[in-house]
Amino acid sequence: MFKIVGREEMADGTVILNEIEAPLIARKAKPGQFVILKATEEGERIPLTMAMTDPDKGTITIIYMVVGKTTALFRDLKVGEAYQDVIGPLGKPTHIEKFGNVVCVGGGTGIAVLHPITRGLKEAGNHVKAIIGARTKDLLILEDYMKAASHELFVCTDDGSYGHHGFVTDVLKELLDKGDIALVVAIGPVPMMKFVSKITEEYGVRTLVSLNPIMVDGTGMCGCCRVSVGGKTRFACVDGPEFDGHQVDYDELMKRLQSYVEQEKECYEDYCQLHDSESLLFSNVEK
Amino acid sequence: MAQKASKKKKIPRQPMPEQKPEIRRRNFDEVPLGYTPELAREEAARCLQCRNPGCVKGCPVSVDIPGFIHLILEGDFSGAAHNLWTKNALPAVCGRVCPQELQCEGNCILAKKGEPVAIGNLERFAADWEREHGTGTLPARAKPTGKKVAVVGSGPSGLTVAGDLIAKGHEVTVLEAFHKPGGVLVYGIPEFRLPKDIVAQEIHTLEKQGVEVICNAVVGRSVTVDELFEQGYDAVYVGVGAGLPRFLNIPGENLIGVLSANEYLTRTNLMKGYLFPKYDTPVPKGKDVVVLGAGNVAMDSARTAMRLGADRVRIVYRRSREEMPARAAEIHHAEEEGIEFFLLTNPTRYLGDEKGHLTGMECLRMELGEPDESGRRRPVPIEGSEFELQCDLAIVAVGSGANPLLTETTTGLELNKWGYILAQPETGKTTRRGVWAGGDIVTGAATVILAMGAGRKAADSIHEYLTWGW
Ligand SMILES: Cc1cc2nc3c(=O)[nH]c(=O)nc-3n(C[C@H](O)[C@H](O)[C@H](O)COP(=O)(O)OP(=O)(O)OC[C@H]3O[C@@H](n4cnc5c(N)ncnc54)[C@H](O)[C@@H]3O)c2cc1C
Ligand code: SF4
Ligand code: FES
Repeated sequence: MFKIVGREEMADGTVILNEIEAPLIARKAKPGQFVILKATEEGERIPLTMAMTDPDKGTITIIYMVVGKTTALFRDLKVGEAYQDVIGPLGKPTHIEKFGNVVCVGGGTGIAVLHPITRGLKEAGNHVKAIIGARTKDLLILEDYMKAASHELFVCTDDGSYGHHGFVTDVLKELLDKGDIALVVAIGPVPMMKFVSKITEEYGVRTLVSLNPIMVDGTGMCGCCRVSVGGKTRFACVDGPEFDGHQVDYDELMKRLQSYVEQEKECYEDYCQLHDSESLLFSNVEK
Repeated sequence: MAQKASKKKKIPRQPMPEQKPEIRRRNFDEVPLGYTPELAREEAARCLQCRNPGCVKGCPVSVDIPGFIHLILEGDFSGAAHNLWTKNALPAVCGRVCPQELQCEGNCILAKKGEPVAIGNLERFAADWEREHGTGTLPARAKPTGKKVAVVGSGPSGLTVAGDLIAKGHEVTVLEAFHKPGGVLVYGIPEFRLPKDIVAQEIHTLEKQGVEVICNAVVGRSVTVDELFEQGYDAVYVGVGAGLPRFLNIPGENLIGVLSANEYLTRTNLMKGYLFPKYDTPVPKGKDVVVLGAGNVAMDSARTAMRLGADRVRIVYRRSREEMPARAAEIHHAEEEGIEFFLLTNPTRYLGDEKGHLTGMECLRMELGEPDESGRRRPVPIEGSEFELQCDLAIVAVGSGANPLLTETTTGLELNKWGYILAQPETGKTTRRGVWAGGDIVTGAATVILAMGAGRKAADSIHEYLTWGW
């Protein structure tokens, strides 16, 4: 059992942070690596990249958006309650060295994944600019953390409610125009990574992306997580999750992420109904 | 005496009662129902009690077959189980999944003239009887030696090592990457062939004996072999299986609806996807399913697809019937359940729609040519024989390779050209001092009993090392 010792709600309650007791993982984890979690006996195993780790305290922190039944179950776990299984650290760590000028681009909960990498790159002596974006101000996460992890932070919102009005790619283009960028790291929704990669390819700037395909074991034994990179099939859980952004077949990834939408919807609707009837029950009791 | 022998031959082989095909093809309950004590004794009476028994020579771990069968005949079922245990730690499992027709039963003297003694069925009977009626007495444990052994992987080979070494007084910790122990026995072989309760009980017995099982421990990631030695383990056994799915590497393999058998079976068995939505893990439910390959894994996948509600399930295999590697019983069961066999057929690409869903497959017909290095006749394509098969789910069961997760992170372990660990056949010793290996990670995907046999030899060698040195 892996106890939750800290919990926060972000982005209007749509995004949840859990700090989990997992001393062995916390001691080993490096930026870019992920864990697989399962909340209950009947639960599904899902991968989440660690946003923070505290080896001294023996905790890891995950940040996720509530999108289906599994993440809804995770959301319902309170401080003091526990995940049944947490496996990790998995995947290859980010290759961190001194590259020079680096731009880290994050969108949505991808910002959580980007955070330890940004910090690692800064600690390794790079000059790090970070660009983070969200649809609207209330959905933006980890601004303060990203500010601390980078030398310069740019914030964008699609609706202009905060920071730059527009997409992260607008700011990225401006930075690329100024030249002398050795590396771009882009983590966020697949379309964002796709467009960032398209732009950086035009500028000939090396780009790393972190992919989030569906996984089961996370150890290379099932092939569920396969992605096409440079025309070759790779297993994201062991060969990645980070890949050369210019080589990834994003359209295939987007399609494969939809593999189970129908069944997930069914599962989630079942769950929500149950949930509603329960809260109905409780509201009756209160009366 | 002569009279007795001739009388014995008249008893026909007692068939195992089974669920009817038209019923079982839609449920996940075990197919064979097991012998009753009467049937078991009737079958045991067929054994000639050979003085130089062929069956024992055919058994990779030399179970005293006439011995345990004799005990069944006498009605000492518990004695039969204990007799089995001296050579085989998991008889309830082996009785169900061993390829008996190639091993004990294939070498039974009665097989030459007719039907061999149903050794597998009897093994299963004795083990089940003891599990259900036995007193649960644990094997005696030698006095503690203070030595610590780490076993990596909780498949049949790792479990055998753990059981043998705990009995010899060593401390044993099993490290398993998945959240449940058992290896292929829990994630691969389906419930209808090997009920998971049986595996769980075997593991529980080991735990009662003192074996510590740590799940969610991916050696090579969560902890390395070097770190295990630093933590004070005196020896490490590597039994991580052959967990790397092979694909065909033909166009369209990443379409939605193409899965490795490993993924399909893990979702169904380990994650209990067949109970979706009670369990949260979905399994794709194909209406028109194609399974590529013809080994046990392929039969399990095909029969699973049928149980998950497919209208049609086809096995597509590029060789002919004789070359199919699956257990005879599995092929027979699959056919009874309405699985169709498309032999001498080789897929050349997958076809899909614009949303990326599988819609079919292009195949070539094959004919058998000269024998290849495996001694089997090589299938060669017949020119111009392309045709299309419709399907909405394709399960790739064409074998597995060595998963490099552990070996890449462990120094001093020599591998062969396929990435399997080099280990001495008689001891399981690897090229690194203090590290043994066995099972599928040494031999490539093989069988439960061979993995257990390797585990037993390694356990003896580890015990010797812990007592006397390398
Ligand atoms: C679907 C299927 C059906 C089969 N049917 C039959 C049959 O009918 N009869 C038969 O005799 N054989 C059958 N086999 C083959 C048989 O199951 C295997 O040969 C046998 O299980 C091998 O045992 P093992 O202990 O070497 O490895 P496995 O059973 O593969 O166990 C290895 C274990 O190690 C774990 N592991 C892997 N890497 C790590 C790591 N880095 N750290 C920690 N743990 C790790 C794995 O999760 C797994 O639990 C079948 C196999 C499959 C897949
Ligand atoms: S070979 Fe057949 S008949 Fe002879 S002892 Fe073995 S099981 Fe019995
Ligand atoms: S998740 Fe199974 S191989 Fe990557």
